[in-house]
Amino acid sequence: MGMTVTEKILAFHAGLKEVEPGQLINARIDLALANDITAPLAIKEFRRLGVTKVFDPQRVVLVPDHFTPNKDIKSAEQAKLVREFAREQGVIYYEIGRMGIEHCLLPEEGLVGPGDLIVGADSHTCTYGALGAFATGVGSTDLACAMATGECWFKVPETILLRYYGKLRPWVGGKDLILYTIGDLGVDGALYKALEFTGEAIAELSMDGRFTMANMAVEAGAKNGIFPVDEKTLEYIRGRVKRPYQVYTSDADARYSEIREYDASRIEPQVAFPHLPENTRNISEVGDIKIDQVVIGSCTNGRMEDLRVAAKILRGKKVHPEVRLIIIPGTQKIYAQALEEGLISVFIEAGAAVSTPTCGPCLGGHMGILARGERAVATTNRNFVGRMGHPESEVYLAGPAVAAASAIKGRIAAPEEVL
Amino acid sequence: MQPIRGRCHKFGDDIDTDVIIPARYLNTTDPQELAKHCMEDADPAFPAKVKPGDIIIAGKNFGCGSSREHAPLAIKGAGVAAVVASSFARIFYRNAINIGLPIFEAPGLAEASEPGDEIVIYPEEGVITNLTRNLTFRTAPFPPFMQGIMAAGGLIPYVAKKLKGEV
Repeated sequence: MGMTVTEKILAFHAGLKEVEPGQLINARIDLALANDITAPLAIKEFRRLGVTKVFDPQRVVLVPDHFTPNKDIKSAEQAKLVREFAREQGVIYYEIGRMGIEHCLLPEEGLVGPGDLIVGADSHTCTYGALGAFATGVGSTDLACAMATGECWFKVPETILLRYYGKLRPWVGGKDLILYTIGDLGVDGALYKALEFTGEAIAELSMDGRFTMANMAVEAGAKNGIFPVDEKTLEYIRGRVKRPYQVYTSDADARYSEIREYDASRIEPQVAFPHLPENTRNISEVGDIKIDQVVIGSCTNGRMEDLRVAAKILRGKKVHPEVRLIIIPGTQKIYAQALEEGLISVFIEAGAAVSTPTCGPCLGGHMGILARGERAVATTNRNFVGRMGHPESEVYLAGPAVAAASAIKGRIAAPEEVL
Repeated sequence: MQPIRGRCHKFGDDIDTDVIIPARYLNTTDPQELAKHCMEDADPAFPAKVKPGDIIIAGKNFGCGSSREHAPLAIKGAGVAAVVASSFARIFYRNAINIGLPIFEAPGLAEASEPGDEIVIYPEEGVITNLTRNLTFRTAPFPPFMQGIMAAGGLIPYVAKKLKGEV
């Protein structure tokens, strides 16, 4: 029996010739990641283990990105604890002003490569599947043990194969494909399973678009989302990834729990209505939804392509007088590049607030919290109750094109309406 | 593992970790502090009415969303003895086992029960009974590996023993 790419990566890291779905394994990890919210708890648990050193300082990464630059005294204390642990252990750490949102930053810095096994104390760690890695979110206690031992236990997941054929319509990107898919699968449609993204529409998609899709695999309940490695992947990692990497491909006779096919040419820009990412609608069926705020950024859509799409729509236009538009580049390098390309001027002239990289508003931390009854369109990943602020506020998820168009119109709008 | 008996609080499907403990309270890791806001965006009265030994019952995909371990910690900090749901999101499932919060999958229990019903869980037999309504449900026993983690009192004591070569 053949194996899927997910099974092959897990088997290799467990030192086994083959594995099968349902099997419990102990596997070696290539990288362990935590942020300013999950690391303090992981550090506390790490100390309880009675070990003094992390297994390999070059394979532990700490990124202060959630409540940073710190929003209050308590979060400053948490960030300080993480900073001091990073110095004590000599692990990889990115300070404010040199950092980025973790899942934009790690691929950019070449810290993840094809065939890697990555665990992160953040549910969107699954983003790195875009590079052909097995990457999954864990909690702080799992991460503490991973930092100490360089190992983690896993149940080998079944895999759902997703095939996308056809050519994408204008203004349709990775965000629309993944929202459409979550709308089809449901928020627990891939529970405990791997999602394998394939097909000609995926081959056509940019790396940024693939990161967006892999990022939201968890919103369908998946353990990981994974993409085939192709020329675009190799081009992306060239000069970035310093460690040796291994390209795996699924066998022709690999077993899948399910195969779903999508005609990408029929997929419109998508909007996920409150309060679940599965509540998706076509942009043509949204109706008249007045909004108060738009957020463009996050580990889902804070990359170069996202900012370029937003700028294309916002160039020479003004943000609606009753709307706050907040744009957050994913990393300092993305910020600098956007500055060089003149995108930041476009945003500021349109009347947007541009922020230093932070997860901030996505999880209702800071930098754009919603009041009671307010509505936002966001390129983020979750629209749960209270996610961006007051429990009676609402978040509508969309890609950067719909978000930018909506900021201009003051209601959820299609890109064509403003061009 | 001893039987667990208590009054239940009932929640629906897809209860996410943002609702279990909103991010605005994530600037602490203290379970007692977190417990003060546990479930408040789903039921603002929950932190005041939950009593030690109570049981949470819920529908499918409990604990979806963020990987924050603060979610099971808040529930444990509130004194909740166990969570029974139709299914759990995978990171929450791991986190609960790792910190020693007993959780059980029993499809149908929440639908058939009302808040305040008395529930008893027999972990070793894999049986959950709603005593108020005299209804019984099955729950699959944990694999031996996870039983080992729970018997040790969570992942940290388990790995600590392993590092000392005691497991």
